[in-house]
Amino acid sequence: MEFESVIGLEIHVELDTESKMFCGCSTRFGEAPNTQTCPVCLGMPGSLPVPNKKAVEYVIRTGLAIFCDISLFSQFHRKNYFYPDMPKNYQISQYDIPLCIDGHVDLEMEDYATTIGVTRIHLEEDTGKLLHIGGAGRIAGADYSQVDFNRAGVPLMEIVSEPDIRTPEEAKAYAQKIRAILVSLGVSDCNMDQGSMRVDANISLRPVGREELGVKAELKNLNSFRSLQRGLAYEIERQTKALQNGEAIVQETRHWDETKNTTSTLRTKEYAHDYRYFPDPDLVPMEFDPEWIEGLRAELPELPDERKERYMSDFGLPAHDANLLVETKATGDFFEAAVALYGGDAKIMSNWILGDLTYYLNSENVEIDAGEVKPAHLVEMVELIDDGTISGKIAKELFSEMFKTGKMPKAIVEEKGMTQISGQDEIAKIVDDVIAQNPDAVQEFHDGKERAFGFLVGQAMRLTKGRGNPQLINRLLKERL
Amino acid sequence: MELFKLTIHELHEKLVSKEISAKELAQSVFSRIDDVEERVKSYITVTRDVALAKADEIDKKIAGGERIGPLAGIPTAIKDVMNTEGIRTTCGSKILDNYIPVYTSTAVKNLLEEGIVMTGKTNMDEFAMGSSTENSGFFVTHNPWDLERVPGGSSGGSASVVAADEAIFSLGSDTGGSIRQPAALCGIVGMKPTYGLVSRFGLIAFASSLDQIGPFTKDVTDCAIVLNHLIGHDINDSTSVKIDKPDYTKALVNDLNGIKIGVPKELMAEGIDSKIKAVIENSLKLLEANGAVVAETSLPNIEHSLSAYYIIAPAEASSNLARFDGVRYGYRVPDAVDLIDMYMRTRAEGFGDEVKRRIMLGTYALSAGYYDAYYGQAQKVRTLIIDDFNRAFTDYDVLVSPTTPTTAFKIGEKVDDPLKMYLSDICTIPVNLAGLPGISVPCGTVDGLPVGLQVIGKTLGEEMMLRVAYSFEQSFGWSEKPKL
Ligand SMILES: [Zn+2]
Repeated sequence: MEFESVIGLEIHVELDTESKMFCGCSTRFGEAPNTQTCPVCLGMPGSLPVPNKKAVEYVIRTGLAIFCDISLFSQFHRKNYFYPDMPKNYQISQYDIPLCIDGHVDLEMEDYATTIGVTRIHLEEDTGKLLHIGGAGRIAGADYSQVDFNRAGVPLMEIVSEPDIRTPEEAKAYAQKIRAILVSLGVSDCNMDQGSMRVDANISLRPVGREELGVKAELKNLNSFRSLQRGLAYEIERQTKALQNGEAIVQETRHWDETKNTTSTLRTKEYAHDYRYFPDPDLVPMEFDPEWIEGLRAELPELPDERKERYMSDFGLPAHDANLLVETKATGDFFEAAVALYGGDAKIMSNWILGDLTYYLNSENVEIDAGEVKPAHLVEMVELIDDGTISGKIAKELFSEMFKTGKMPKAIVEEKGMTQISGQDEIAKIVDDVIAQNPDAVQEFHDGKERAFGFLVGQAMRLTKGRGNPQLINRLLKERL
Repeated sequence: MELFKLTIHELHEKLVSKEISAKELAQSVFSRIDDVEERVKSYITVTRDVALAKADEIDKKIAGGERIGPLAGIPTAIKDVMNTEGIRTTCGSKILDNYIPVYTSTAVKNLLEEGIVMTGKTNMDEFAMGSSTENSGFFVTHNPWDLERVPGGSSGGSASVVAADEAIFSLGSDTGGSIRQPAALCGIVGMKPTYGLVSRFGLIAFASSLDQIGPFTKDVTDCAIVLNHLIGHDINDSTSVKIDKPDYTKALVNDLNGIKIGVPKELMAEGIDSKIKAVIENSLKLLEANGAVVAETSLPNIEHSLSAYYIIAPAEASSNLARFDGVRYGYRVPDAVDLIDMYMRTRAEGFGDEVKRRIMLGTYALSAGYYDAYYGQAQKVRTLIIDDFNRAFTDYDVLVSPTTPTTAFKIGEKVDDPLKMYLSDICTIPVNLAGLPGISVPCGTVDGLPVGLQVIGKTLGEEMMLRVAYSFEQSFGWSEKPKL
């Protein structure tokens, strides 16, 4: 039997506000433990929450950007459960009337397009962080545990998708699109390493063609887009095997282990909490003026989809390139800065950015706006190719050097003597040498083997240490054979 | 002279005219505490040193010719439910036995800035849950009128402290009658303002949608003076109301000509002791004699008040009290084997029976599958009760009733019967559910024990409510004191 996977994502995002959700404490990351706290975010007796209006605005802006209906009336509920990272042993969250409902995100996959529904976006407060000493770093068996409440009360936005996602690739694309939108809006830095963006996935399988949903598992600890994709792929495989063997899927929460490449049971349904949601009596319900919301809509910045359209129409980029360039705001910004500096074809900039630059950034795990290579580097290097100073092949070598040192291309070319050899006589001498030294290949060429010609070009390039002008080598070799 | 017997307004004149010093006044009150506290047991913590230092400070201001406000130098007791920075705040619970707050509640801060001399923190039912102060985690407070009897609750210590002249006035909190009921039982004035008028910031929450801070005073004039300085919008409390601060002493007019007073018949029904009813009937005649138009009215839905209250208040409390878990402050069981063990035994040992009973009630009422039948239904009843009051207030300026169905009962009389105990608040609970202001003023005695008349105002109708209470007080001329 063939199965179809049904995936829904819950994305938690810490909002980039100056102060916490219900008190005036700073949201700065990485400060000494428990220094960004006050009676409110420590849950001291008698303290009361006062909502952060900016955080509410950020959520509404997000809702507008992904085509949600904005609730003109909304309220906060208490979600009750005990855990030492929760100062009040309840989390102020939202329940039946979230700020935004019914939105969607359009995705362009490699060879098809799809739309993922967004059920709701709501606002809540983050918890503190626990540190377990001894016992392999887990609470069970620990000698003791420490709590850092710096993060407690940081505004947290939860974006819940419809179960419209069908593949791990779509899940990844959806999460990346959400990140691109949020970063464009300036509501969060969506830094997955620092935990300011966290993704949980619900996944179930059902026989293709069936309407009703299967039993789902919730995947946690998906700390990167890569682990989101791999975790889901593993889970699909696991559930498929189980179903094919006639085993029942258990409704449970599973933990993705990045190093072991597997998921394992975290807790089953019988341990599910009864959160006893009820409206928080310390907070008055929120009511919004439709005019204020329209004002926010009018002020929305350019979003990834609009940017993509512009790249296609203004720069003539293919959809594939445009899609990748708008995946993060920083990549698009880099591209636009480079195009503005460069007089030539934008597609050349796109090729370098999506090719070599992305390759080096990924392999070194560096963000594009933090790397040594700036738009000015790239443009200067392409101009060196354009005026024949260096070959495309040398450029690749140059790029690696530029990426490592951050030096400007001209300086590197001078320092390393990387200029292209374009002298007719010099190349002719080398071509003659290659013909003399490789009689077998020359014979093969005359016998009609095209491959032999490539070999001879390669030999010539080798003798020039890659600096020979390839067009010239080609022409002279053909003339002399 | 026994300064401790006087009122705020009397003492203020003497302080301003330099007839007495703040220090003399404080010493007078502390000598009274030394005399009677052993028998009454009003205070959990007495802050003598802090008080005397503050009195010195006020005296320096007076000597320096500085103008002082009406509360400057006045010895004041605070219910131990309000946070006071650096001063132990227990909320009447073993779980906070060792708790020293890092901040001061807004209401107390407002009064401290006006120059009150804080004498100490008063005894209360644990987490303000109770009607007799017998649920205190520490000891029982005695009614100054009869030491065998309860002072009422939950603010029993704040009531007895004023009745016994161990402070000139005090602050309490009122969730279902916790100021008005003990005020009535102790023969003093106790007032609960409109919900949101006084900031709740720093008031340890019992039921957030019902809690309100208010004063216990010796007369209505003092009540108005304290209220002037207690209220005001607080950015730290989202539920606090924004209004221009009135001068409540201006409302103290001894004239009820044309004032329409409604008497809800449901609050003069079977549950009310017949002798109390007789005292109230007399009070109504006095109001009429003063020019008021008194008529019977009806609040048909308030018979469901107690049921709604005992869902809503415990539900909110079950969540509010979740933070007392031994993790960050307060009591923690010393030998827990793991997290769950620490949670369970800390709370089992730290909380008393009544608190546990209400946490369980509230947890149940909010549970999946029961929410609509209990919490949802109770909120609907609450809306109906609010509608009843709104309707009544289209015809009447204020409503009056007895404050309590009986006078002070014997210590131990109702401890084993929670339902009987809950009925003590039958006249006061509807007012909290509707968020209205209410005041209890002494209106006589039954068998030597005081009786309170409750005057209920419209939302933010404190001025009319105080005018009626003041006029009644002036014509009734209450001057009895407990013999201690
Ligand atoms: Zn804080």
